[in-house]
Amino acid sequence: MSETLLSISGLSKAYPGVVANEDVSFDIRRGEVHALLGENGAGKSTLVKMIYGLVKPDAGTMRLNDKAFAPSEPRAARAAGVAMVFQHFSLFEALSVAENIALGMEIPPPMRALAARIREVSQDYGLPLSPERLVGDLSAGERQRVEIIRCLLQDPRLLIMDEPTSVLTPQEVEILFATLRKLSADGVSILYISHKLEEIRALCHTATILRQGRKVATCTPKDVSAREMAEMMVGVSFNAATRSSRPTGDAALTVEGLSLKASSQFGTSLKDISFTQRQGEVLGIGGDAGTGQDELLSALSGEMSTAPGSITLRGQDISRLGPNGRRRLSLLSAPEERLGHAAAPNMSLVENATLTGAERQGLLSAGFLNWPAARGFTKNVISGFDVRTPGPQVAARSLSGGNLQKFVIGREMLQKPDVLVVNQPTWGVDAAAAAAIRQAILDLATNGAAVLCISQDLDELLEISDRFGALNEGRLSLILQTSELSVDEIGLMMGGAHELDAAHG
Amino acid sequence: MLILEKRAEPSKGWTTLSPLLAVVLTMVAGGALFAILGEDPVVAIRTIFWDPLFGEFAFYYRPQLLIKAAPLILIAVGLAIGFRAGIWNIGAEGQYIIGALTGAGVGLAFYPIESALIFPLMVLAGAAGGWAWAMIPAVLKVRFGTNEILVSLMLVYVAEQVLAKMALGLLRNPEGSGFPGSRNLQQYPSAHNAELITGTGMHWGVVAALIAVILAYIMMTRHILGYQIRLTGEAPRAARFAGVNPARIVLLCLGMSGALAGLAGMFEVAGPSGQVSIDFNVGYGFTAIIVAFLGRLHPVGILFAGLLMALTYIGGEIAQLNLSLPAAAVQMFQGMLLFFLLAVDLFSNYRVRWKRAEGQAA
Repeated sequence: MSETLLSISGLSKAYPGVVANEDVSFDIRRGEVHALLGENGAGKSTLVKMIYGLVKPDAGTMRLNDKAFAPSEPRAARAAGVAMVFQHFSLFEALSVAENIALGMEIPPPMRALAARIREVSQDYGLPLSPERLVGDLSAGERQRVEIIRCLLQDPRLLIMDEPTSVLTPQEVEILFATLRKLSADGVSILYISHKLEEIRALCHTATILRQGRKVATCTPKDVSAREMAEMMVGVSFNAATRSSRPTGDAALTVEGLSLKASSQFGTSLKDISFTQRQGEVLGIGGDAGTGQDELLSALSGEMSTAPGSITLRGQDISRLGPNGRRRLSLLSAPEERLGHAAAPNMSLVENATLTGAERQGLLSAGFLNWPAARGFTKNVISGFDVRTPGPQVAARSLSGGNLQKFVIGREMLQKPDVLVVNQPTWGVDAAAAAAIRQAILDLATNGAAVLCISQDLDELLEISDRFGALNEGRLSLILQTSELSVDEIGLMMGGAHELDAAHG
Repeated sequence: MLILEKRAEPSKGWTTLSPLLAVVLTMVAGGALFAILGEDPVVAIRTIFWDPLFGEFAFYYRPQLLIKAAPLILIAVGLAIGFRAGIWNIGAEGQYIIGALTGAGVGLAFYPIESALIFPLMVLAGAAGGWAWAMIPAVLKVRFGTNEILVSLMLVYVAEQVLAKMALGLLRNPEGSGFPGSRNLQQYPSAHNAELITGTGMHWGVVAALIAVILAYIMMTRHILGYQIRLTGEAPRAARFAGVNPARIVLLCLGMSGALAGLAGMFEVAGPSGQVSIDFNVGYGFTAIIVAFLGRLHPVGILFAGLLMALTYIGGEIAQLNLSLPAAAVQMFQGMLLFFLLAVDLFSNYRVRWKRAEGQAA
């Protein structure tokens, strides 16, 4: 047996109009944690899909265990020992962990035997998980464990992980890393896709960097700085977001005893949230997925109205105002979900710019829309935020996730808000674009605006926020100065509140 | 193996072409159908599409084109507005009946007074009647979340009962020697929706249809209301984020389509039909659904689709007379049009690719 598990040579794949991968070659050694790095649209997903049998390469070959490997479908890839944990989970919330795992198996064993196997694997690899629990009750981190265990039950030789830490708390990341290291020690190779460079340096033995579909370099992450890797990825050098010190001003947004009932069964109710945000301040709100971020944004944007007196903007009660009423008062927001919430997928960028811009950009007169002015506004957003698009007339859905995110953030930023509420501003956005968005948030605050940034990305919140609080099951923790906090403390605020609750209750 | 691949953007070419292609496919499949019925398909197709316009008796059929197209266009324009917002008013037929009843009712109430105000009043009453009938599913949907498809459809059958009751009771012609049906409004000058230019079929309903097309076009493309309606249909959550009140859109869309259907009914009863009778309605409200989709839910498209559909109505009648084709064959023909349109429409959002089976490659 040679040391190489999977050898990829000359892999190419073109779609009409774009070359997703061109002549990509690299090797994954046995038991190695191999990072796959690249901007959005660099061809990481296409490459991984080819390995997992979802996409057939136009040219090039793969060898697995010194045998030709060309999976025609994921089932063939799984049979050859390749497993994959996707970024978005495919789990049924109303079923238990064991039932969900059984659903993915071709010949599921009896439920009792399966539950025993799940316990065994979860103990072996330090992934605490009870097979009887309903998936709907699990946190994002626990749901990911279900997906990982589902893969491990197949005894994989190569485990592909797509952005696994994007939804995890620092403590959960530590647990995941311990698991991955143990798997690696057992001889399982891991192909690890991520944007988070520090993570890659902490975990991975080797990194392959893709740019515009081609391999740029294979390097040893421990020997290079995160900055150097990021620059290889982007192809240019860029600056990390910097903040200039600024005095904070008067209270802009005051939230007092805000409670909101969840709109759906698996939503989260907000419970008695209170905070004050000043002009010129970036307030970071962290928390796992499903801890009430969406609901907090809806309450602040005006999509859901709340009890009178619960939200005041510069002394004016806005709790009962709708989204446009708040826009008129200069409170703008950008939701997390780009397609379908922040933007309408099938409508053009001009129409999508009108979605929130009509009110403040003077695009309306006597109820009639001024399309030339809307087009001008759209072009400003496109050029001001480096949105890569053939033009303002294309449908929003044809933009890549990162580009659409830049468009959505730019659309609000260019309207010069006094208060901006953003949820996951850099989710799924490549490193360079994320840096640009963070810098824009800081610039906005420097110019005196209050920015409330809700995010699951802790590094991001540490980088940009002046004060930090965490949501947990719809409750907001104490809000503390970011500069006085350590990552561990923040992790406890985010994830450890369970124990705090138990201690209190 | 054939596979379907979603396009990044809907294809502009296919979106424009597909109605034309659907018409061609309908002609081919319809021709085959007529051949099975023992008719020469070429003659049958020519009878339906060519004779009403250019045949020997075209002078008689041409005015019919506008008379039949006007209600279809009027109703379809209203329906399309709602369809764009994802609000499915299937009960235009009922709103059409009620509009005809309220319109005719107001006219008959004034009989035999002659005044220039009577006809405008009837127009308002017709629109109000259709609007009110459409408000039933609208209010139920807003208040209790009922399904507007079911409620509006069921109300068609209620409206048909009301029509029968009216034709036999309240609105029956007192001088009609007991026959069902109202006085003939064609013989009541103040209430008559007469031909405006002799021999063209042009009546006030045709004018109203043209105005509706223009206003709907302006509203959908230039006005914030049209934008909000489209946004609600495309992405309801984004619409909320944009500050759109969903209940208001439901009330507006159903209200507008109801009022337009009511208008169509009123113009019909005061003009081409002339009287409220038990079998007054002939299914315009349902055919208008096909017209709306055939016209791409676009007002100008609906204008052409309405004319085309009117042509198949007239051609179908000629085919019944001359070739003794069954009436059902003509209805099937119209149904095929929608069927093929929906099938061809797939290609505006998907492209078909031929892919070799990959089994051997593995």
